[in-house]
Amino acid sequence: MINDRGTERLALVAALNGYVMLAGHGTNRLGAAAASPINLWAAREQMAISLGWHIILACLGVGMPALTLFAEWRGVRTGEDAYRLLAHRWAKAMGVLFAVGAVSGTILSFEMGLLWPGMMSRYGQVIGLPFALEGIAFFIEAIFLGIYLYAWDRLPPRQHLLSGIPIVVAGVCSAFFVVTANAWMNQPRGFDLTNGTVTAVDPWAAMFNPATPPETIHMILAAFMVTGFLIASVYAVALLRGRRDRYHRLGFLVPFTAAAIITPVQIAVGDYAARFLATNQPTKLAAIEGVYHTGSHIPLTVAGIPMDGQLRYGLEIPNGLSLLVGYSPNTVIDGLDRVPVADRPPVGVVHLSFDIMVGIGSAFLLLGIWLGLSWWRRRDLPPTRWFLRVASVTGIAACCALEAGWVTTEVGRQPWIVWGQMRTADAVNPAPGLFVGLIAVLAVYLVMTIGTVYVLRRMARYHRLMAPQEHDAGAGGAR
Amino acid sequence: MSLAQWSIAVLWIGLTLYALLAGADFGAGFWDLFAGGSQRGRPQRDLIEHSIGPVWEANHVWLIFVIVLLWTAFPTVFASVMSTLYIPLTLVALGIIVRGAAFAFRKASDQLGQQRLFGAAFALSSVLTPFFLGTVAGGIASGRVPLGLAAGDLFTSWYNPTSVLGGTIAVGIAAYLAATYLCADAMREGHSELAEAFRRRALVTGIVLGGVAVGGIAVLHADAPRLFDGLTHRALPLVIVSAVAGVASLLLVLRRRYLLVRVTAAVAVTAVLWGWALAQYPYLLPPPATANVTITASAATPAVLLATLIALAVGAALLIPSLLWLFVLFQRGQRADEQKQLSVRGR
Repeated sequence: MINDRGTERLALVAALNGYVMLAGHGTNRLGAAAASPINLWAAREQMAISLGWHIILACLGVGMPALTLFAEWRGVRTGEDAYRLLAHRWAKAMGVLFAVGAVSGTILSFEMGLLWPGMMSRYGQVIGLPFALEGIAFFIEAIFLGIYLYAWDRLPPRQHLLSGIPIVVAGVCSAFFVVTANAWMNQPRGFDLTNGTVTAVDPWAAMFNPATPPETIHMILAAFMVTGFLIASVYAVALLRGRRDRYHRLGFLVPFTAAAIITPVQIAVGDYAARFLATNQPTKLAAIEGVYHTGSHIPLTVAGIPMDGQLRYGLEIPNGLSLLVGYSPNTVIDGLDRVPVADRPPVGVVHLSFDIMVGIGSAFLLLGIWLGLSWWRRRDLPPTRWFLRVASVTGIAACCALEAGWVTTEVGRQPWIVWGQMRTADAVNPAPGLFVGLIAVLAVYLVMTIGTVYVLRRMARYHRLMAPQEHDAGAGGAR
Repeated sequence: MSLAQWSIAVLWIGLTLYALLAGADFGAGFWDLFAGGSQRGRPQRDLIEHSIGPVWEANHVWLIFVIVLLWTAFPTVFASVMSTLYIPLTLVALGIIVRGAAFAFRKASDQLGQQRLFGAAFALSSVLTPFFLGTVAGGIASGRVPLGLAAGDLFTSWYNPTSVLGGTIAVGIAAYLAATYLCADAMREGHSELAEAFRRRALVTGIVLGGVAVGGIAVLHADAPRLFDGLTHRALPLVIVSAVAGVASLLLVLRRRYLLVRVTAAVAVTAVLWGWALAQYPYLLPPPATANVTITASAATPAVLLATLIALAVGAALLIPSLLWLFVLFQRGQRADEQKQLSVRGR
């Protein structure tokens, strides 16, 4: 049964070479045609939907444990029932959200292979390490979340509080690890490419690539902002409806203050991330700002429609971009004309989503200042109902900003899946029928969205309801 | 052992743990499906919810671990398997998401109609997910997945006798493990009548599973001769261990030794998985699809393997104590809870 060793090796080398050479030309082995444009489109949409869906839950997974622990800690320290109640209810919601987040995250690791086997085949080993680390971090999160949620009555308060800390730490770590992989797709490092195979792989260099600091910090802060504004907006609605007791006020103020404090930091980090692009990924910055022609004295264009090689009908701030990037109007900005047409990302989507993100972020800043001034002057929320009205949409707005930010970075990287190394079209699964998969995924995510929102709304309305972490009425009644 | 062999060994340990732990969670969903009407099935469903609630997410992580390790250590094999078998694997992915979400939703809903709807989704996806995972195993084991992007047949690679056998055995193993585990859980919670019900199920499933396994020998002989050859020669000792442990489990269930049966049932399942691995060693994608896709030939560069193995070792040092705490807390905690409740009632 076992072949002669020499023949075995020769055949192997031939097989691998054939595979690699063909894969390098964008067709798969056996000469089958590469994916059709419709399948490429379907794969990209499927990835966008499942990633865009998961990212919101991932943010809550990072941010909610911290807020819940804070509330529990205040509850233990002050003995105030309002804090304890907040911690209990947030923990309940966290149980549902974490379950849904865990499974929607699993889908993503499947999709890496189902949709992008071309990338994984060549680069899977380069970006494997952060995912392995993320797996460990996530595992720790899952274990301690199980303990935290289910052992509320079984552990003494101090121990219970401590059991929550690993969730927060592991949550932030897993966000960091996963985003390093995305950073690598923007700044691929840590390998050599010889005849279409990676050699001399240094997984640590790949993980700590130049884009890692701006991307990871920006994302982790975003996670806390999204969580803060989402939770706050729920309580803003309750306050608007006249439930002005301490529980609802704290439920609004704690998460909103946290998010508002992070907002200016996030804006500074965003500026750093954009400046990073100017030196490391100028094509992406050109698409973000709609810079078609290289030059100095480049204006900053807000909004506008890309037409005939320029942004039309936008609001132009003269020299704005040159000033922002290099603090001088003479700063030269690389335009899209630096790269061939085939290597340019689409300006319309990238520029628009960037503007949406920045616009929402700036609005958050103003809102935070408004609350800060009011608190300074009268130790209370602003007297007008308009503040709460605006605050009640911050949750949705934060999600929009989050999604817009991801669209900016992902579409801004196109047509590359691995920047400058591999095109998205060469990474996609050449199997026919990806379109059907997209429809199935759309249907499942639609139902999941309805289910999640419905269950959370019911949980918010009927607090007596059993939550996943409660064993039975007996355990629940003890509280 | 080379780094590549260490990597596949660690991967296989992960797969074994996934089968033993998450397999039982899927099996619990199987019994949820067959628990009967909402009135009659209620105690069983409560027990199932009770048993898997705190642990299923942690158990589920083993699958992510296996997937990530596969793409890190054997990237071309990962790409080949995922692209050729994308139909069953997409169904697995959707099954996972539906199962997890529906389980959480059912716990959080209080109306019978919703509980039924979410419960049905949970139970049905608990059966379909292991089935399709089994078809994937069958497709790989019978040498139907060649090296290359979507290079194999998109349908016959998972819709074939060995795959159907694999799917059936996967569902059977899940159901069997769950039934035996639930016996002990029911006893611990003081529901001896539930323990009896799951004991009957464990016996029936065990016998059916044994029958399928014996019948499967003929299927493999006809459909996957190389695998058959490996199982009857090199891996024969493990096959025998599995058979002996399987029979021993049945006897133990018969004698109501529910804690001991966990061990023998786990041994039986572990032996099957490692028997498969040994039967097709040293191939990762066995012929005839592509000749010579061996562990060594398809491994990532040594630097990657080493970094990953070290990271996992460090991770294990953090994980094992945490995991033990989780299990101990809940195995012991349930008893403490009952005592607490009893004393409350007594007062």
